[in-house]
Amino acid sequence: MTVTVRLPGALRDVTGGVTKVQASGGTLAEVIADLERRHPGLRDRILDGDGRIRSHVNVYIGDEDARASGGTAARVPEGSEVMVIPAMAGGA
Amino acid sequence: MTLTAALVRERVRGTILARIGDTPLIRLHRVGAGLAGELWAKLESANPGGSVKDRAGLWMVLAAEEAGALSGDRVVLDATSGNTGVALALVGAVRGHRVTLVMPDRVSLERKRIARAFAAELVLTDPLEGTDGAIREARRLAAADARYVYVDQYANAANPLAHELTTGPEIWEQSAGAVTHVVAGVGTSGTVVGISRALRPRGVRIVAVQPDDPLHGIEGWKHMATAIRPAIWDERAADVHATMGTEEAVTMMRRLAREEGIFTGPSGGAAVAAAVRVAREQPGRIVVLIADGGERYLSTPLWE
Repeated sequence: MTVTVRLPGALRDVTGGVTKVQASGGTLAEVIADLERRHPGLRDRILDGDGRIRSHVNVYIGDEDARASGGTAARVPEGSEVMVIPAMAGGA
Repeated sequence: MTLTAALVRERVRGTILARIGDTPLIRLHRVGAGLAGELWAKLESANPGGSVKDRAGLWMVLAAEEAGALSGDRVVLDATSGNTGVALALVGAVRGHRVTLVMPDRVSLERKRIARAFAAELVLTDPLEGTDGAIREARRLAAADARYVYVDQYANAANPLAHELTTGPEIWEQSAGAVTHVVAGVGTSGTVVGISRALRPRGVRIVAVQPDDPLHGIEGWKHMATAIRPAIWDERAADVHATMGTEEAVTMMRRLAREEGIFTGPSGGAAVAAAVRVAREQPGRIVVLIADGGERYLSTPLWE
Protein backbone atom coordinates (compact mmCIF):
# COMPACT_ATOMS: atom_id res chain seq x y z
CA MET A 1 0.00 0.00 0.00
CA THR A 2 1.24 3.44 -0.88
CA VAL A 3 0.76 6.44 1.36
CA THR A 4 1.96 10.03 1.36
CA VAL A 5 4.11 11.07 4.30
CA ARG A 6 4.70 14.71 5.24
CA LEU A 7 7.81 15.35 7.33
CA PRO A 8 8.75 18.41 9.39
CA GLY A 9 11.48 20.87 8.40
CA ALA A 10 13.20 19.98 11.69
CA LEU A 11 14.17 16.59 10.21
CA ARG A 12 15.93 18.06 7.18
CA ASP A 13 19.30 16.83 8.45
CA VAL A 14 18.22 13.24 7.75
CA THR A 15 15.72 13.85 4.93
CA GLY A 16 17.92 16.21 2.94
CA GLY A 17 15.11 18.75 3.01
CA VAL A 18 12.44 16.45 1.56
CA THR A 19 9.12 17.20 3.25
CA LYS A 20 6.73 15.05 1.21
CA VAL A 21 7.46 11.44 0.25
CA GLN A 22 5.65 8.31 -0.89
CA ALA A 23 6.08 5.27 1.33
CA SER A 24 4.59 1.82 1.57
CA GLY A 25 3.20 -0.20 4.45
CA GLY A 26 -0.07 -1.28 5.97
CA THR A 27 0.74 -0.15 9.49
CA LEU A 28 2.51 2.88 10.84
CA ALA A 29 5.47 0.68 11.90
CA GLU A 30 5.82 -0.60 8.34
CA VAL A 31 5.63 2.91 6.88
CA ILE A 32 8.33 4.13 9.27
CA ALA A 33 10.52 1.10 8.43
CA ASP A 34 10.17 1.97 4.74
CA LEU A 35 11.15 5.58 5.45
CA GLU A 36 14.15 4.39 7.46
CA ARG A 37 15.45 2.45 4.45
CA ARG A 38 15.53 5.64 2.41
CA HIS A 39 16.49 8.06 5.16
CA PRO A 40 18.67 6.20 7.67
CA GLY A 41 18.32 7.66 11.15
CA LEU A 42 14.75 8.82 10.66
CA ARG A 43 13.22 6.01 12.74
CA ASP A 44 15.12 6.95 15.89
CA ARG A 45 14.02 10.54 15.61
CA ILE A 46 10.35 9.53 15.58
CA LEU A 47 10.34 6.44 17.83
CA ASP A 48 12.06 5.78 21.15
CA GLY A 49 14.17 2.73 22.03
CA ASP A 50 11.01 0.74 22.81
CA GLY A 51 9.51 1.51 19.42
CA ARG A 52 6.93 3.96 20.79
CA ILE A 53 6.22 7.37 19.28
CA ARG A 54 8.41 9.87 21.12
CA SER A 55 6.49 12.13 23.50
CA HIS A 56 7.51 15.27 21.62
CA VAL A 57 6.44 13.96 18.23
CA ASN A 58 2.87 13.74 16.97
CA VAL A 59 1.96 11.43 14.12
CA TYR A 60 -1.37 11.83 12.36
CA ILE A 61 -2.92 9.33 9.97
CA GLY A 62 -5.38 11.48 8.09
CA ASP A 63 -6.89 13.56 10.90
CA GLU A 64 -6.44 10.85 13.54
CA ASP A 65 -3.69 11.01 16.16
CA ALA A 66 -1.83 7.70 15.76
CA ARG A 67 -1.47 7.38 19.56
CA ALA A 68 -5.25 7.07 19.83
CA SER A 69 -5.37 4.41 17.09
CA GLY A 70 -2.83 1.88 18.36
CA GLY A 71 0.46 3.78 18.06
CA THR A 72 2.84 2.15 15.60
CA ALA A 73 0.38 -0.72 15.16
CA ALA A 74 -2.21 1.70 13.72
CA ARG A 75 -3.55 0.75 10.29
CA VAL A 76 -2.58 3.08 7.46
CA PRO A 77 -5.24 2.90 4.72
CA GLU A 78 -4.19 2.97 1.05
CA GLY A 79 -3.84 6.55 -0.21
CA SER A 80 -3.94 8.14 3.22
CA GLU A 81 -1.67 10.92 4.37
CA VAL A 82 0.65 10.46 7.34
CA MET A 83 1.93 13.62 8.96
CA VAL A 84 4.86 13.75 11.41
CA ILE A 85 5.02 17.02 13.33
CA PRO A 86 6.82 18.40 16.38
CA ALA A 87 4.38 18.16 19.28
CA MET A 88 5.58 21.60 20.25
CA ALA A 89 7.53 24.32 18.64
CA GLY A 90 9.71 27.01 20.06
CA GLY A 91 10.28 30.86 20.97
CA ALA A 92 12.58 32.08 25.96
CA MET B 1 12.70 56.94 24.18
CA THR B 2 14.45 53.99 25.84
CA LEU B 3 12.36 52.29 28.48
CA THR B 4 13.45 52.23 32.10
CA ALA B 5 12.13 50.11 34.96
CA ALA B 6 10.74 53.27 36.60
CA LEU B 7 8.87 54.31 33.45
CA VAL B 8 7.39 50.81 33.02
CA ARG B 9 6.23 50.82 36.66
CA GLU B 10 4.62 54.20 36.14
CA ARG B 11 2.75 53.10 33.00
CA VAL B 12 1.24 49.95 34.56
CA ARG B 13 0.53 51.27 38.06
CA GLY B 14 -2.77 50.04 39.49
CA THR B 15 -3.30 47.33 36.85
CA ILE B 16 -2.61 43.60 36.80
CA LEU B 17 0.44 44.36 34.66
CA ALA B 18 2.10 45.82 37.77
CA ARG B 19 2.29 42.21 38.99
CA ILE B 20 4.68 41.21 36.19
CA GLY B 21 8.10 40.42 37.63
CA ASP B 22 9.30 40.05 41.23
CA THR B 23 8.79 36.32 40.86
CA PRO B 24 9.84 33.99 43.70
CA LEU B 25 13.30 32.45 44.03
CA ILE B 26 12.99 29.03 45.69
CA ARG B 27 15.69 26.62 46.94
CA LEU B 28 15.47 23.15 45.37
CA HIS B 29 16.19 21.02 48.42
CA ARG B 30 15.62 17.52 47.05
CA VAL B 31 16.56 17.83 43.38
CA GLY B 32 19.59 19.81 44.53
CA ALA B 33 20.59 17.46 47.36
CA GLY B 34 24.19 16.21 47.44
CA LEU B 35 25.48 18.63 44.81
CA ALA B 36 28.54 20.83 45.13
CA GLY B 37 26.49 23.99 44.55
CA GLU B 38 23.17 25.25 45.92
CA LEU B 39 20.31 25.07 43.44
CA TRP B 40 17.69 27.83 43.38
CA ALA B 41 14.79 28.20 40.92
CA LYS B 42 13.19 31.43 39.77
CA LEU B 43 9.55 30.67 39.13
CA GLU B 44 8.35 32.69 36.18
CA SER B 45 4.99 30.91 36.21
CA ALA B 46 4.11 33.39 38.98
CA ASN B 47 3.67 36.14 36.40
CA PRO B 48 0.00 37.05 35.68
CA GLY B 49 0.11 35.53 32.18
CA GLY B 50 1.77 32.39 33.58
CA SER B 51 5.20 32.66 31.99
CA VAL B 52 8.48 34.57 31.69
CA LYS B 53 7.17 36.02 28.44
CA ASP B 54 5.02 38.51 30.32
CA ARG B 55 8.17 40.56 30.85
CA ALA B 56 9.13 40.79 27.17
CA GLY B 57 5.49 41.14 26.10
CA LEU B 58 4.97 44.12 28.40
CA TRP B 59 8.22 45.85 27.50
CA MET B 60 7.80 45.35 23.74
CA VAL B 61 4.27 46.80 23.75
CA LEU B 62 5.27 49.74 25.94
CA ALA B 63 8.29 50.42 23.71
CA ALA B 64 5.94 50.55 20.70
CA GLU B 65 3.60 52.88 22.62
CA GLU B 66 6.46 55.19 23.58
CA ALA B 67 7.56 55.29 19.94
CA GLY B 68 4.04 56.37 18.97
CA ALA B 69 3.59 53.26 16.83
CA LEU B 70 0.34 52.02 18.38
CA SER B 71 -2.12 54.80 17.65
CA GLY B 72 -5.46 54.50 15.84
CA ASP B 73 -6.25 51.18 14.18
CA ARG B 74 -2.80 49.66 14.59
CA VAL B 75 -2.59 45.99 15.56
CA VAL B 76 0.17 44.33 17.59
CA LEU B 77 1.50 41.37 15.59
CA ASP B 78 3.99 38.63 16.46
CA ALA B 79 4.96 35.04 15.67
CA THR B 80 4.90 32.85 18.75
CA SER B 81 4.62 29.26 19.89
CA GLY B 82 2.34 30.43 22.64
CA ASN B 83 3.68 32.01 25.79
CA THR B 84 4.61 35.30 24.11
CA GLY B 85 1.23 35.21 22.47
CA VAL B 86 -0.51 34.88 25.82
CA ALA B 87 1.66 37.70 27.19
CA LEU B 88 0.97 40.06 24.28
CA ALA B 89 -2.74 39.25 24.40
CA LEU B 90 -2.83 39.99 28.15
CA VAL B 91 -0.94 43.26 27.75
CA GLY B 92 -3.07 44.22 24.74
CA ALA B 93 -6.27 43.60 26.72
CA VAL B 94 -5.13 45.91 29.52
CA ARG B 95 -3.56 48.60 27.32
CA GLY B 96 -6.42 48.60 24.79
CA HIS B 97 -4.61 47.28 21.71
CA ARG B 98 -5.79 44.72 19.17
CA VAL B 99 -3.41 41.76 18.96
CA THR B 100 -2.87 39.25 16.14
CA LEU B 101 -0.71 36.19 16.80
CA VAL B 102 0.80 33.86 14.22
CA MET B 103 1.45 30.39 15.61
CA PRO B 104 1.96 26.91 14.25
CA ASP B 105 -1.28 24.93 14.14
CA ARG B 106 -1.39 22.32 16.88
CA VAL B 107 0.59 24.29 19.46
CA SER B 108 -0.84 23.21 22.77
CA LEU B 109 -4.55 23.90 23.00
CA GLU B 110 -4.18 25.84 26.24
CA ARG B 111 -2.14 28.58 24.61
CA LYS B 112 -4.61 29.09 21.79
CA ARG B 113 -7.57 29.22 24.16
CA ILE B 114 -5.91 31.54 26.68
CA ALA B 115 -4.78 33.94 23.92
CA ARG B 116 -8.32 33.95 22.51
CA ALA B 117 -9.72 34.54 25.99
CA PHE B 118 -7.74 37.79 26.03
CA ALA B 119 -9.39 38.65 22.67
CA ALA B 120 -6.34 38.05 20.47
CA GLU B 121 -6.86 37.00 16.86
CA LEU B 122 -4.94 33.89 15.81
CA VAL B 123 -3.41 33.06 12.43
CA LEU B 124 -2.40 29.39 12.33
CA THR B 125 0.46 28.22 10.10
CA ASP B 126 1.68 24.85 8.81
CA PRO B 127 2.64 22.76 11.85
CA LEU B 128 5.33 21.04 9.79
CA GLU B 129 7.31 24.28 9.65
CA GLY B 130 7.18 24.95 13.40
CA THR B 131 7.90 28.43 14.72
CA ASP B 132 10.03 29.33 11.71
CA GLY B 133 6.96 28.94 9.50
CA ALA B 134 5.07 31.29 11.82
CA ILE B 135 7.91 33.83 11.61
CA ARG B 136 7.82 33.77 7.82
CA GLU B 137 4.03 34.31 7.81
CA ALA B 138 4.26 37.18 10.32
CA ARG B 139 6.87 38.86 8.11
CA ARG B 140 4.57 38.45 5.11
CA LEU B 141 1.56 39.91 6.95
CA ALA B 142 3.59 42.85 8.27
CA ALA B 143 4.87 43.66 4.79
CA ALA B 144 1.39 43.44 3.25
CA ASP B 145 -0.64 45.52 5.73
CA ALA B 146 0.59 48.74 7.35
CA ARG B 147 -1.84 48.41 10.27
CA TYR B 148 0.34 45.68 11.74
CA VAL B 149 3.02 46.64 14.22
CA TYR B 150 5.28 43.59 14.09
CA VAL B 151 6.92 43.59 17.50
CA ASP B 152 9.18 40.65 16.50
CA GLN B 153 10.31 39.19 19.80
CA TYR B 154 13.32 37.65 18.04
CA ALA B 155 14.71 41.05 17.05
CA ASN B 156 13.18 43.51 19.53
CA ALA B 157 15.70 45.19 21.83
CA ALA B 158 12.96 45.66 24.47
CA ASN B 159 12.94 41.86 24.96
CA PRO B 160 16.48 41.52 26.40
CA LEU B 161 16.14 44.97 27.97
CA ALA B 162 13.25 43.70 30.13
CA HIS B 163 15.55 41.00 31.52
CA GLU B 164 18.52 43.31 31.88
CA LEU B 165 16.49 45.77 33.95
CA THR B 166 14.15 43.41 35.86
CA THR B 167 15.00 39.67 35.88
CA GLY B 168 18.75 40.13 36.33
CA PRO B 169 18.54 42.72 39.14
CA GLU B 170 15.83 40.63 40.88
CA ILE B 171 18.12 37.58 40.94
CA TRP B 172 20.95 39.70 42.33
CA GLU B 173 18.80 41.21 45.07
CA GLN B 174 16.96 37.98 45.99
CA SER B 175 20.26 36.15 46.39
CA ALA B 176 21.82 39.08 48.26
CA GLY B 177 24.58 39.09 45.66
CA ALA B 178 25.47 35.43 46.34
CA VAL B 179 24.46 34.15 42.88
CA THR B 180 27.41 32.63 41.01
CA HIS B 181 25.71 31.06 37.96
CA VAL B 182 22.47 31.61 36.06
CA VAL B 183 21.14 28.79 33.88
CA ALA B 184 18.43 29.53 31.28
CA GLY B 185 17.17 28.15 27.99
CA VAL B 186 17.53 29.87 24.66
CA GLY B 187 14.51 30.55 22.46
CA THR B 188 14.46 34.15 21.33
CA SER B 189 17.54 34.42 23.60
CA GLY B 190 16.13 37.55 25.28
CA THR B 191 16.34 36.01 28.75
CA VAL B 192 19.97 34.92 28.46
CA VAL B 193 21.19 38.05 26.71
CA GLY B 194 19.43 40.43 29.13
CA ILE B 195 20.41 38.61 32.32
CA SER B 196 23.95 38.38 31.02
CA ARG B 197 24.15 42.15 30.55
CA ALA B 198 22.91 42.69 34.10
CA LEU B 199 24.90 40.07 35.98
CA ARG B 200 28.07 39.26 34.09
CA PRO B 201 29.69 42.55 35.04
CA ARG B 202 29.12 41.39 38.64
CA GLY B 203 31.04 38.17 38.03
CA VAL B 204 28.08 35.82 37.49
CA ARG B 205 28.64 33.05 34.93
CA ILE B 206 25.86 32.51 32.39
CA VAL B 207 24.92 29.03 31.14
CA ALA B 208 22.74 28.99 27.99
CA VAL B 209 20.93 25.76 27.18
CA GLN B 210 19.57 24.62 23.82
CA PRO B 211 17.72 21.47 22.69
CA ASP B 212 20.08 18.73 21.51
CA ASP B 213 18.01 17.99 18.38
CA PRO B 214 16.13 20.11 15.82
CA LEU B 215 13.06 17.90 16.41
CA HIS B 216 12.52 18.42 20.10
CA GLY B 217 9.75 18.85 22.65
CA ILE B 218 11.18 21.67 24.71
CA GLU B 219 8.57 24.26 23.90
CA GLY B 220 9.92 27.78 23.73
CA TRP B 221 13.50 26.73 23.03
CA LYS B 222 15.37 26.85 19.72
CA HIS B 223 17.97 24.58 18.18
CA MET B 224 20.05 27.50 16.95
CA ALA B 225 22.16 25.65 14.41
CA THR B 226 19.11 24.72 12.33
CA ALA B 227 16.60 27.49 13.12
CA ILE B 228 16.14 31.05 11.92
CA ARG B 229 18.72 32.89 14.00
CA PRO B 230 17.19 35.57 16.27
CA ALA B 231 18.73 38.98 15.57
CA ILE B 232 19.11 39.62 19.32
CA TRP B 233 21.11 36.40 19.86
CA ASP B 234 24.74 36.82 20.77
CA GLU B 235 26.69 33.67 21.66
CA ARG B 236 29.12 35.78 23.66
CA ALA B 237 26.37 36.47 26.20
CA ALA B 238 26.97 33.02 27.69
CA ASP B 239 30.09 31.60 29.34
CA VAL B 240 28.91 28.05 28.76
CA HIS B 241 26.69 26.61 26.01
CA ALA B 242 24.94 23.38 27.03
CA THR B 243 22.44 21.10 25.32
CA MET B 244 19.59 19.06 26.73
CA GLY B 245 17.50 16.18 25.39
CA THR B 246 13.72 16.10 25.58
CA GLU B 247 13.54 12.79 27.47
CA GLU B 248 15.88 13.99 30.25
CA ALA B 249 13.92 17.27 30.39
CA VAL B 250 10.61 15.46 30.81
CA THR B 251 12.04 13.16 33.50
CA MET B 252 13.21 16.22 35.49
CA MET B 253 9.88 17.96 34.86
CA ARG B 254 8.13 15.06 36.62
CA ARG B 255 10.68 15.02 39.47
CA LEU B 256 10.11 18.72 40.10
CA ALA B 257 6.40 18.12 40.60
CA ARG B 258 6.83 15.05 42.84
CA GLU B 259 9.83 16.13 44.88
CA GLU B 260 9.65 19.91 44.99
CA GLY B 261 5.97 20.68 44.41
CA ILE B 262 6.90 22.69 41.34
CA PHE B 263 4.56 21.95 38.42
CA THR B 264 6.33 23.06 35.27
CA GLY B 265 6.65 22.20 31.59
CA PRO B 266 9.41 20.58 29.52
CA SER B 267 11.52 23.75 29.35
CA GLY B 268 11.49 24.07 33.16
CA GLY B 269 12.59 20.43 33.40
CA ALA B 270 15.28 20.99 30.76
CA ALA B 271 16.71 24.08 32.49
CA VAL B 272 16.80 22.40 35.91
CA ALA B 273 18.39 19.23 34.49
CA ALA B 274 21.11 21.43 32.95
CA ALA B 275 21.51 23.35 36.23
CA VAL B 276 21.97 20.08 38.15
CA ARG B 277 24.91 19.28 35.88
CA VAL B 278 26.44 22.66 36.68
CA ALA B 279 25.79 22.33 40.44
CA ARG B 280 27.34 18.86 40.45
CA GLU B 281 30.67 20.40 39.46
CA GLN B 282 30.51 23.96 40.72
CA PRO B 283 30.19 25.21 44.27
CA GLY B 284 28.27 28.44 44.68
CA ARG B 285 24.67 29.49 44.18
CA ILE B 286 23.21 28.34 40.90
CA VAL B 287 19.98 30.07 39.87
CA VAL B 288 17.87 28.40 37.18
CA LEU B 289 15.02 30.07 35.40
CA ILE B 290 11.77 28.07 35.14
CA ALA B 291 9.86 29.71 32.33
CA ASP B 292 6.30 28.50 32.84
CA GLY B 293 3.92 26.13 34.60
CA GLY B 294 2.74 22.61 33.80
CA GLU B 295 -0.92 23.59 33.40
CA ARG B 296 -0.08 24.84 29.94
CA TYR B 297 0.66 21.26 28.79
CA LEU B 298 -2.30 19.33 30.19
CA SER B 299 -3.75 18.67 26.74
CA THR B 300 -0.46 17.13 25.50
CA PRO B 301 0.64 13.52 26.12
CA LEU B 302 3.21 14.74 28.69
CA TRP B 303 1.03 14.21 31.73
CA GLU B 304 -0.98 11.19 30.60
